[in-house]
Amino acid sequence: MEFNAPAGRNLFDASKVVGKSTPRIDGPLKTTGQAPYAYERHDVVANQAYGYIVGSAIAKGRISAMDAEAARAAPGVIAVILATETKPVGKGMSNYAPLFGGSDIAHYHQAIACVVAETFEQARSAAALIRTSYDRSAGRFDFPKLAPEAPLAKDEEGKPDRQTVGDFDSAFAAAEVKIDATYTTPDESHAMMEPHATIAAWDGDKLTLWTSNQMINWGKESMGKILGMDPKNIRLDSPYIGGGFGGKLFIRADAVVAALAAKQAKRPVKIALQRPLMANNTTHRHATIQRLRIGAGRDGRITALAHENWSGNINGKEGENGTLQTPVLYAGANRLIANYIATLDLPEGNAMRAPGEAVGHLALEVAMDELAEKLGMDPIELRIRNEPKSTVPGKPEKRFSDRNLVRCLREGSTRFGWDRRKAKPGSVRDGQWLVGMGVAAGYRAAPANKSAARVRLDGNGGVIVETDMTDIGTGSYTIIAQTAAETLGVPLEKVKVTLGDSDHPAAAGSGGQWGAASSTAGVYAACVTLRQKIGQTLGFDGDKAEFAGGKIKANGKSFDLAEAGKLSVDGGIEFGKFKDDYDVGTYAAHFAEVAVNAYTGEARIRRMLAVCDAGRILNPLSARSQVIGAMVMAAGAAMMEELVVDTRFGFFVNHDLAGYEVPVHADIPAQDVVFLDTLDPIISPLKAKGVGELGICGVGAAIANAMYNATGVRVREYPITLDKYFERMPMLT
Amino acid sequence: MRSFSYERAQTPEQAAATVAGKPGAKFLAGGTNLLDLMKLEIESPTHLVDVQDLDLDRIEETDDGGVRIGALVSNTALAAHRKIRTDYGVLTRAIVAGASGQLRNKATTAGNLLQRTRCPYFYDSNMACNKRKPGSGCAAIAGFSRQLGVIGTSDSCIATYPGDMAVALRVLDATIETVTPDGAKRSIAIADFHRLPGSSPERDNVLEHGELITHVTLPKPIEGRHFYYKIRDRASYAFALVSAAGIIAPNGATRVAFGGVAPKPWRVEAAEEAISKDRKAATAQIFSGARPTEENAFKISLADRALAAVIAEARS
Repeated sequence: MEFNAPAGRNLFDASKVVGKSTPRIDGPLKTTGQAPYAYERHDVVANQAYGYIVGSAIAKGRISAMDAEAARAAPGVIAVILATETKPVGKGMSNYAPLFGGSDIAHYHQAIACVVAETFEQARSAAALIRTSYDRSAGRFDFPKLAPEAPLAKDEEGKPDRQTVGDFDSAFAAAEVKIDATYTTPDESHAMMEPHATIAAWDGDKLTLWTSNQMINWGKESMGKILGMDPKNIRLDSPYIGGGFGGKLFIRADAVVAALAAKQAKRPVKIALQRPLMANNTTHRHATIQRLRIGAGRDGRITALAHENWSGNINGKEGENGTLQTPVLYAGANRLIANYIATLDLPEGNAMRAPGEAVGHLALEVAMDELAEKLGMDPIELRIRNEPKSTVPGKPEKRFSDRNLVRCLREGSTRFGWDRRKAKPGSVRDGQWLVGMGVAAGYRAAPANKSAARVRLDGNGGVIVETDMTDIGTGSYTIIAQTAAETLGVPLEKVKVTLGDSDHPAAAGSGGQWGAASSTAGVYAACVTLRQKIGQTLGFDGDKAEFAGGKIKANGKSFDLAEAGKLSVDGGIEFGKFKDDYDVGTYAAHFAEVAVNAYTGEARIRRMLAVCDAGRILNPLSARSQVIGAMVMAAGAAMMEELVVDTRFGFFVNHDLAGYEVPVHADIPAQDVVFLDTLDPIISPLKAKGVGELGICGVGAAIANAMYNATGVRVREYPITLDKYFERMPMLT
Repeated sequence: MRSFSYERAQTPEQAAATVAGKPGAKFLAGGTNLLDLMKLEIESPTHLVDVQDLDLDRIEETDDGGVRIGALVSNTALAAHRKIRTDYGVLTRAIVAGASGQLRNKATTAGNLLQRTRCPYFYDSNMACNKRKPGSGCAAIAGFSRQLGVIGTSDSCIATYPGDMAVALRVLDATIETVTPDGAKRSIAIADFHRLPGSSPERDNVLEHGELITHVTLPKPIEGRHFYYKIRDRASYAFALVSAAGIIAPNGATRVAFGGVAPKPWRVEAAEEAISKDRKAATAQIFSGARPTEENAFKISLADRALAAVIAEARS
């Protein structure tokens, strides 16, 4: 099915299943330990051996020698593979350094060896016996020092990433009120619960990987490139994923080394990356430096808006572009966007939840708060005053598909009790605590990508959906089942969903908050094809028949679904060019109340609210979970999370979960999430957009703004830890 | 983790003699720290003497009105004990500010005193660390030192003692009772228990090889407002940037020990008389001689403000 015109009224507008709060259908399996994660798939193949990866001890240079004699002789050891004895593997999608092989070291903890043994303990113990010597080279480790010399990044067309509208310089010079501020955000770690893990098994020249991966089809193609083999001979299976956040979009060392080790050991090999390896061996969110210049009239209307962004990466490409939301969020005739990228010898930077926007809002939305204060204007009012008209500023040909940011702000203002906020910072006190409120807007694009599924009838009234779509904890299983139930008119419990297997039709996968919109549209399209096939089988027009309550009404007759027998169709959706005329986005208003101890600067969030505009909400229960999870991640980014770079040795020092602190329950108070009842006919037949990344965009800025409102001390260097401001707070007596 | 042999001891004396007789032997109690370090090969004992069967899991009142805590009393049990909660509130508060419920269920009183530092360079065996590998150097001093010590440190090591319980024990003037390898008993004041690193940071405390902690004794309770104020980057399950354990007597006399700032709970009795009159001068005296790094210098003024906060709270 091609989606080539805005959706009209359709069955989802009278839905019985889609849009209803539905407990996740895989929930009981998870809460009873029956949903096996990659490392736990003991029954998929016999004779599994354990692999243990060794990471490089240096960040840049060459291995001069490796001695694995003692490791090879250690108890239980089946095989040892060394980088120096292995030709560098090919690069799959978004692999910037070889995942294994050769003597060159590109970053700290790059995989250099793997020991395979009968038990995990034997493999780990033998791995520690491998002796490696290195020739260390100097590396480019100090991003803040290198940033000023960094060139412009390249945009998607390969042109320098600098966009202008009007004449920013003149307009900014002439502006009545100006903000010129620079913000920094640190490197961050995905820190998902389940580490990267894979069981690899060979059967002749066929390779199966039971793994934990967000994008099955990308992974299969990439694995072919990496190992130099036909992807047809590779199968990935990843039905349950313990968090990804972008860290599992691409093939990583666990899968590659497991495949190489299994070949050498002539046994299936299982590998999970040990936690201390994850920060440096895998990917991370890149640090940024962002300069915001905003000029406005005294009436608060923005006349000049510049957002410049610096980040760095190991390949001098694919940085963290904090400017992504800025062309869309506010009006203003004169604009400048520029994105610079330095080349570093740190580990590979890559996508982490809302890449670009998550940190872009930490700068833009604090700058807007600073502008509001300078104007003496309420920050909500300032945002409403700068709401663009119906098209993207500077792009009259690009219309907003459905945009309700102002409604989000107004609704949130009422619900949060914004009228109780005192504009003057430091004016609300509760015992030793200073209390403040903050707000921020949020924008995240809502892409939808080609997505396919197979839908089968089991002949007994049951429906089976098979697709390589993944569920990374987001709730894909449930919204897919809801979509099939709605389209085929069967109760939810009659739908069985099988995900994450590359033998199934390729779906859009989980990334970029496109998964929900794309995969449900694909399943809908496949179900429509199945309805036609049912019609052909039973002698009616499937497009005109009514599918409801497990029955089909057509030509004045009623059929049971079971009468169609066992049927199977492959179908899917593709999205037409008409969408290019639109900016399809999701919007939010985020609110936070934070208390800061006047003596010590300890900061505690007291309340949070997100009001979201994301089209039809397919399953309010799991959508809420997405948003509250994102709010927690945003609180971490604002207040505590930082991969600390040791610029002498070129590595992230705090590479375990004791050193890299993410929020704990005690950090997260009452969270409220409201979804506006909007529909976006441009996104897909279901008129539904994703929320998983919207939920992180703007929250951290709302927290930062609340901290400023509490204390009167502005910190522009994230995370906002107390050492950066407590001495600037007047101590109460 | 390296291979090791294992046995369970039946008496403290036997445990001490066994460990003393084997150069690579160590005691194992709750294992919440040692086992993690063994998996990383930061610790690699060749033999473990498990002391969990020893009869050292009781809390008893002493004749002079104090309390004697068995070495194997869990953190959870100690914090929840009625007399500890009533009369030694600073200790309960300190314990529950540390780790997580699960860890406190396993962690023991003696083991907690022996908890090793959380310096990130100690934990990464690719990095130089005099505490982990004597003579290898210290990568932390010119590195990521925000969490590390500001006082009592040396040119060889700036690691902190990371725990909470011992900071309260320092304020309470606890005594550590041990049995030595030859079966003798020894009492060590908590003030003398943890060592400053000097040029041998590999030794965290004054215990000799094979010497086993059997009890921790507290003198009779100290009247006043007991506090434990732990400041950290998140609200729970994190090591202290700075913690302050103390007691403010009804007449305002204050005693305080700081955690998160030094290789041992940091208390300067001579400065305490001044606290109620001129807090700032008192904390200046407590931190006199401090040698912070650029990254952790804030801890000194944070310690002062933490003390100011608890004093203000007591007065309000």
